[in-house]
Amino acid sequence: MEGDGEMSAGRGLVEGAGELAIHAVGLVHRFGDNIAVDGVDLKVAPGEIYGLLGPNGAGKTTTIRMLATLLRPDSGTAQVFGHDVVREADAVRGRVSLTGQFASVDEDLTGLENLVLIARLLGHSRAQSKTRARELLDAFGLAEAAARQVKKYSGGMRRRLDIAASIVVTPDLIFLDEPTAGLDPRSRNQVWDIVRALSTDGTTVLLTTQYLDEADQLADRIAVIDRGKVIAEGTPGELKASVGSGALHVRLREPEDRPEAERVLSQTLGVPLILGSDPAALSARVSDPERVAHALAELSRTGVAIADFTLGQPSLDEVFLALTGHPAENDDATTTEGDAA
Amino acid sequence: MIPPTTSARSVRDDALHAALSDRVRPPRPSALSASLTLGWRALLKIKHVPEQLFDVTAFPIMFTLMFTYLFGGALAGSTGEYLQFLLPGILVQTVVFITIYTGFTLNGDISKGVFDRFRSLPIWRPAVLVGALLGDAARYTMASTMVIVLGLVLGFRPAGGVGGVLLSVALLLVFSFSLSWIWTALGLILRTPNSVMGVSMMVLFPLTFASNIFVDPETMPSWLEAIVGANPITHLVTALRGLMSGTVTPGQIGWVLLISGALIAVFAPLTMYLYRNKK
Repeated sequence: MEGDGEMSAGRGLVEGAGELAIHAVGLVHRFGDNIAVDGVDLKVAPGEIYGLLGPNGAGKTTTIRMLATLLRPDSGTAQVFGHDVVREADAVRGRVSLTGQFASVDEDLTGLENLVLIARLLGHSRAQSKTRARELLDAFGLAEAAARQVKKYSGGMRRRLDIAASIVVTPDLIFLDEPTAGLDPRSRNQVWDIVRALSTDGTTVLLTTQYLDEADQLADRIAVIDRGKVIAEGTPGELKASVGSGALHVRLREPEDRPEAERVLSQTLGVPLILGSDPAALSARVSDPERVAHALAELSRTGVAIADFTLGQPSLDEVFLALTGHPAENDDATTTEGDAA
Repeated sequence: MIPPTTSARSVRDDALHAALSDRVRPPRPSALSASLTLGWRALLKIKHVPEQLFDVTAFPIMFTLMFTYLFGGALAGSTGEYLQFLLPGILVQTVVFITIYTGFTLNGDISKGVFDRFRSLPIWRPAVLVGALLGDAARYTMASTMVIVLGLVLGFRPAGGVGGVLLSVALLLVFSFSLSWIWTALGLILRTPNSVMGVSMMVLFPLTFASNIFVDPETMPSWLEAIVGANPITHLVTALRGLMSGTVTPGQIGWVLLISGALIAVFAPLTMYLYRNKK
């Protein structure tokens, strides 16, 4: 099962196994009448990569901004490494770094100047700042662009510089708000490498994303957020398992065979078929691979030609749809968490 | 130890881990050091975007020439005499108008996200604003130099001498630094840089024109003369004229310092409050 490696980190923390990197209880934030964050609870263990997954406007950024001391919660409390984000904001700021959704670097300055600026503000001497800045630029593949203004950087370079600025002093916890939004696949992979390296070296990572595969690839644990509420929480594997163990997708060579295929498959699988918008496609939730093999054999025996088929765990897309598609979101959240634990 | 990069395209794993292993947190910088560092940032921006100096070079020249030669003869009998009267005033007007850019720039910075990073750093909180204002002081100094040099070329002869001129610029910087806190507060309240600019202009136009910058208020109707007499800009111009002509009284300087102190006492805490609670 996926997420096995992180199981101990995920499970052990719940009953107070040492200090949590993040412990938020009932966080609420309103912008006027709009409740952006509506009672978010989070527990993140040190060293974890934790993903906040949700669509635009779900409250991910607002949650991060509260945890990074940039916004005061209207109610609820949050501690970062045991420090309250409101009362001990400075102590929190001393342990965390934030890479915001919009590049939080100065476009008019060069890459080198940006990093020296942050290093100076963190208390490094002039000489140390230069050394550290060069070291980071080199590590992030930006050495050649050191003297170039950031406004002339590509999106991927800018994002890397942004993350580099967040680790001028390697933080114990880093917030990455949509770190790969708008990046091409190669730049995205580079950012992923950086996130994994950070985690390997002991930094806790809280990242937000709208990309399900990103959460699946990177995160040890995921909280699914919708309309300001956490509607599900667990490892990527647990979330998938909570929706159903697997899915069979079949594509026929001839669309007119679909009624016949539907009859045969529903009989042999014993579950209703889902008919996609593709007139030649059918899918079904299944749990037993043997039964699938039998059903497919039956299908070809009746003379229905199969173009291709796949059998696998449901994607996080399907998980997300299953979780948010239902009107009774609150009920969903409790049962899902119960199932996952 | 680190080999030279032949390709700067990708993330380098070994170097990355080496860079990440540095977890030493240096001691927190002092309030002054943080402010100076952020002032340095403002100067770097001037270096990289020299176009922004247009306002501190072109405007002073334009205003001085325009008022001296268009109105000088009519207002004071001769352009030469009018220049003696006008120059301290035009200096004030130029620099006071440049203070608007403080709020304008601050507002732009906020919308770009770079302020989020500064605000999430464990530094003295007002440093971001103080640093920006220190950077602006450099612009005020440049603009002042432009105006004074141009004045000298055109025939302005300050009786107060070099000392008087330097002191008057210093007093003007103190006032402008204080006045800027109004714009930082506005920069935090208003949504776009352009609306900050608009509102600031609306405040500054009447403030500078209903003053003794261009004409002696004695020629005005008495109700207007009273308003002009109460205008802080009038007090500032009077003090600067005094310093430059060598006839200044401690009372004139005292007024300016009092107004400056009041501006800071009201608008600095207000700005900090807005800054801390910025959404």
